[in-house]
Amino acid sequence: MFEKILIANRGEIALRIQRACREMGIKTVAVHSEADADAKYVKLADESVCIGPAQSSLSYLNVPAIIAAAEVTDAEAIHPGYGFLSENADFAERVENSGFVFIGPRPETIRLMGDKVSAKDAMKEAGVPCVPGSEGALTEDPEEILSTALAVGYPVIIKASGGGGGRGMRVVHTEAALLAAVKLTQAEAQNAFGNPVVYLEKYLENPRHIEIQILADEHGHAVHLGERDCSMQRRHQKILEEAPAPGLSLKLRDKIGERCAEACRKIGYRGAGTFEFLYENDEFYFIEMNTRVQVEHPVTEQITGIDIVQEQIHIAAGEPLRFKQKDIQFRGHAIECRINAENPVTFVPSPGRITLYHTPGGPGIRVDSHVYQNYYVPPHYDSMIGKLIAHGETRQQAIARMRTALTELVVEGIQTNTRLHLDLMYDAAFLAGGASIHYLEQKMANLKKSDAG
Amino acid sequence: MDLRKLKKLIDLVQESGIAELEINEGEERVRIARVLQGAPQMMHAPMMAPAANVVVPVAAAEIEPGLPEGHVVRSPMVGTFYRAPSPGAKNFVEVGQSVNAGETMCIIEAMKLLNEIETDQGGVIKAILVENGQPVEYGEPLFVIG
Repeated sequence: MFEKILIANRGEIALRIQRACREMGIKTVAVHSEADADAKYVKLADESVCIGPAQSSLSYLNVPAIIAAAEVTDAEAIHPGYGFLSENADFAERVENSGFVFIGPRPETIRLMGDKVSAKDAMKEAGVPCVPGSEGALTEDPEEILSTALAVGYPVIIKASGGGGGRGMRVVHTEAALLAAVKLTQAEAQNAFGNPVVYLEKYLENPRHIEIQILADEHGHAVHLGERDCSMQRRHQKILEEAPAPGLSLKLRDKIGERCAEACRKIGYRGAGTFEFLYENDEFYFIEMNTRVQVEHPVTEQITGIDIVQEQIHIAAGEPLRFKQKDIQFRGHAIECRINAENPVTFVPSPGRITLYHTPGGPGIRVDSHVYQNYYVPPHYDSMIGKLIAHGETRQQAIARMRTALTELVVEGIQTNTRLHLDLMYDAAFLAGGASIHYLEQKMANLKKSDAG
Repeated sequence: MDLRKLKKLIDLVQESGIAELEINEGEERVRIARVLQGAPQMMHAPMMAPAANVVVPVAAAEIEPGLPEGHVVRSPMVGTFYRAPSPGAKNFVEVGQSVNAGETMCIIEAMKLLNEIETDQGGVIKAILVENGQPVEYGEPLFVIG
């Protein structure tokens, strides 16, 4: 087992990884930008290294600085968290070439899944159902593009192969708009990702976002830890997640879960990962795979009792999985609310000093947050200041606990989206379960209209 | 003198809020003192503080905390600090030496690459704040030039 791990991230996930390490008796090295020098996990780390100024490009995305920090502290492994360099195959490669263990999949796997076209191909080969669309990248031939779209059926969505996470996409409803949309998306993709390759998929009108968590070791074993429903989204960003997905039959979950585990065995996946699907009319359609730990991992941890971050460390240390699929039990229901430093109505970020901070507690309540009273939320990074997770024996109990917890949460000095979450905990469509990925935006649009009218 | 241990003691004094810490062990003694108002310059303050007998082997040196006046050259990167271009070679600079802007003052090594660190300002080297072979982080003060 490792003696020292360098945490190449910030915010709540850095604290999460640190907690996993401390529990295992592993020393931690916290790298940080100048803006994060007072972060809680920096103060608690065994060693900390300032790696650059506030800008991410010069700090958390600065590969040489991070590897140099590992060198001077004699760290053995690097945990990349989520975002930043976590899905950067070049970084993973350089980490390994420098003699450190990258806590995640092999660089080739990251590369395979990072290219959305090759990822789809790999999944099709592995028997995972995909959204119908162009078989691979769109060519330059306008006739071919038009006939592909016709065969798939409008509306269609053009996606950048180098994109993902909701970026580099455009929906097309009519044939007349298709060719121009393809050209535009290609140009944007070239600018944003340095890769103009795009592909085409059927645009599902009212799907839910349901994803499957897996764990796979170096010895060919893979298990799934069930699903998460992450349909509450705004501009492709998840706001709230829950596990299990309301209304999903256990049979369907086991079937798709096993398909994902099998795909992992086929491609030699190593570590934690998530297969993201759009789910409509009892059918699953693969959209992409995330080769890292995800923000919403706590809801899976609450219903399975498995510490996903620790399992990542065990797997990276070369250990075989200590459980089989039949050992995984699901218990109760968990909901996670992402608490963001933002205006609850306009969503404008709200950095600044937290003058008063008080967290909820009690049975079934978990708070994953790095902030503290008097902490200054820096303006340079994403606005998430923490996650509030509620677990109950039933979905109803989880919701009741979340309602209580949200009213106990105090964050003053900055604005947060706590009010939005409280609203959702009483929202009819959320309470019924099964809302689509468009629901939240439609709800917000309706609110705006009624405010204006 | 083990600099990492000394750094830990200095951090202890700062974090605990005590004014002065004196450790005696045998013939070795270290005393760290600071001004409580949190002024950037640390000076010996005539305040009482418990003298602890801690089993920390330290050399008989008195730390004079406080940077001399002048322009502080800070590390632009993470790595290991070296005074000379190679082991055994002459140091780039010494205290009291006059340097011009753009002159190399040290090397910071990272990922097997040696980076020459130049001073952006000319003047006389007032202090060298890091020991040869010590790890440095981004923004760490290296030299004071007056």
